[in-house]
Formats: sequence, C-alpha cells, structure tokens
Amino acid sequence: MKAAVITFPGSNCDRDLAVAFEAAGAQVTRVWHKDVALPEGVDIVGIPGGFSFGDYLRCGAIAANSPICRGVIEHANRGGYVLGICNGFQVLTETRLLPGALMRNAGLKFICKPVGLRVETVDSDFTAGYTTGEEITVPVAHHDGNYQATPEVIEELRGEGRIAFTYTANPNGAVADIAGILSANKRVLGMMPHPERVVDEAHGGTDGKRLFAGLVDALTTA
Amino acid sequence: MKVRVQVMLKAGVLDPQGEAVRHALHALGFDGVEGVRQGKVIELDVTEGTTEAQVTEMCEKLLANTVIESYSIQM
Repeated sequence: MKAAVITFPGSNCDRDLAVAFEAAGAQVTRVWHKDVALPEGVDIVGIPGGFSFGDYLRCGAIAANSPICRGVIEHANRGGYVLGICNGFQVLTETRLLPGALMRNAGLKFICKPVGLRVETVDSDFTAGYTTGEEITVPVAHHDGNYQATPEVIEELRGEGRIAFTYTANPNGAVADIAGILSANKRVLGMMPHPERVVDEAHGGTDGKRLFAGLVDALTTA
Repeated sequence: MKVRVQVMLKAGVLDPQGEAVRHALHALGFDGVEGVRQGKVIELDVTEGTTEAQVTEMCEKLLANTVIESYSIQM
C-alpha cells in the first residue's frame, strides 16, 4: 500500500503521520506542497495537522489552493483515499471534498488534551478495525475544531452513516458532537483528533493504531 | 485601483470572537452594546479594468468561505 504525506509550510504533524503509516506497513512518500502531481500509484494521501501557511486568511484556505491540492482533489474524484487530520480536516472542508466548516472553538481557547471518541460507523476502511459505539481515547490539539454545517448537511451525514467519530464530551462546540466525517464514498476522512499520536505504547495509548492498520489491510488486499 | 472586500460570518452563524468582544465591552461599562460581529476587510490593489465579476470570482474561490461567510465588494 502506497501512501503520500503532504507537507505545507507550517505543517507540524507530517512526520508523525508518515511514521504511523510506515509502522502499519505502508510505503510512504513525502510530498511538498509545490509539487504538482502525486507520486504514481498512490493509494492514500495523508494531509497532516499543523498550521499551514500560518492559518492566514482561514485555517486551511491557502493550502487548499496550493498546486498539490489540485492533484489531491483529482485523486479523490477518481475514488482515491484521503485522510485529513486536524489542519488536514480544515484543508478538506476548504477544498469542499468534505462539507461544512471548522470554526473557532466555542470557548475560544486552544485545546490540547486526550479526548474520548465514540466510533459511530465501522462501515469504512478507516474505521473497520473498531466496533460500532466503541469508545477510544485520542488527543486533540486545535484552536479551530468547532465543526459546523447546516441542519440539512448534518441530516445527510447521519442518514448516510458518514459521521465517523463523535466526542463523548464535546470540547469545542462542534454541532452534533462531530469529531470526524466521511465523504459520500467513505474514502475521504477528515477528523480533528490525532490518531497518529496514539499508535505506539510510548505515546501513552494505541487507540489510533487500528485506523492505520485497517487502511493498510484494505488497500493492500484491494 | 483599490478594491475593498468585506467578509462577515453569515447571519445565524455563531461568532464566538464577536461574543468575547461584546463581553469585554460590557466589562468596560458599555452596557448598550447588544451584539458584536467580527469580520475582516481585505484591500486589493488591482490593475485598471479589473471587473467586479473577477473580484466576485476571487471571493468565491478564496477570500470567503461561502459555507459560513458572506462578502461584499466596494470597487
């Protein structure tokens, strides 16, 4: 399974994401934001956390319009997999690959702590390694993780089983406690919590490991 | 040629920063402030002949996130 992890100026979780993919058995290529094309044969693109372009204009807005993101959009439109974490989730909403928007946390503070997540669906290659309703602990670290969308969009996400994770105790005011959502084809996942920060015993938890393992399994046998 | 673009959160979208400013104004004794909305102004220096349609395209593609923001253009 081939993964590409993108680095924007200001990305700071790109290495951790690459390490998490590698530990799960993926072959990882690091890609710079000015590259105009993804490497040949990439199965999944990882868009890491951080503060791309200093969060100027809006979080993720400049990154979403960078040269490599045109390639990412084409990859997703061809049915390719994309995983956007934290700033990566913000980039995915800015590209409109995922609906809604991520706004300033309701309490206005930057939140950096482990949070409880409920796995809402196992009907995706990202979440197949979990059980429905299972509670896991994954850290968040964000200032703008307050997911908002119209009631119609939320209904659609619910109806189509596209809410991947919800918070067990909402830290940021996100509508419907949403922590992560899937695209209509379930191949694009955006989530605010950082699964790549809980893939090794030394991290203090391994609840993120099954997400990467599940992806490698699904995309290797495919 | 200068163009001013004003970007505001859409009505009905919660503006936690505006709310914080409102609270701070109340703390300073400005009790008459019933609501605060915080937005941004973007000044563009464009070549003569740039059309409003082109600026609209800039807003739609980058300057505003129309999921949550509205914009107005002063040419």
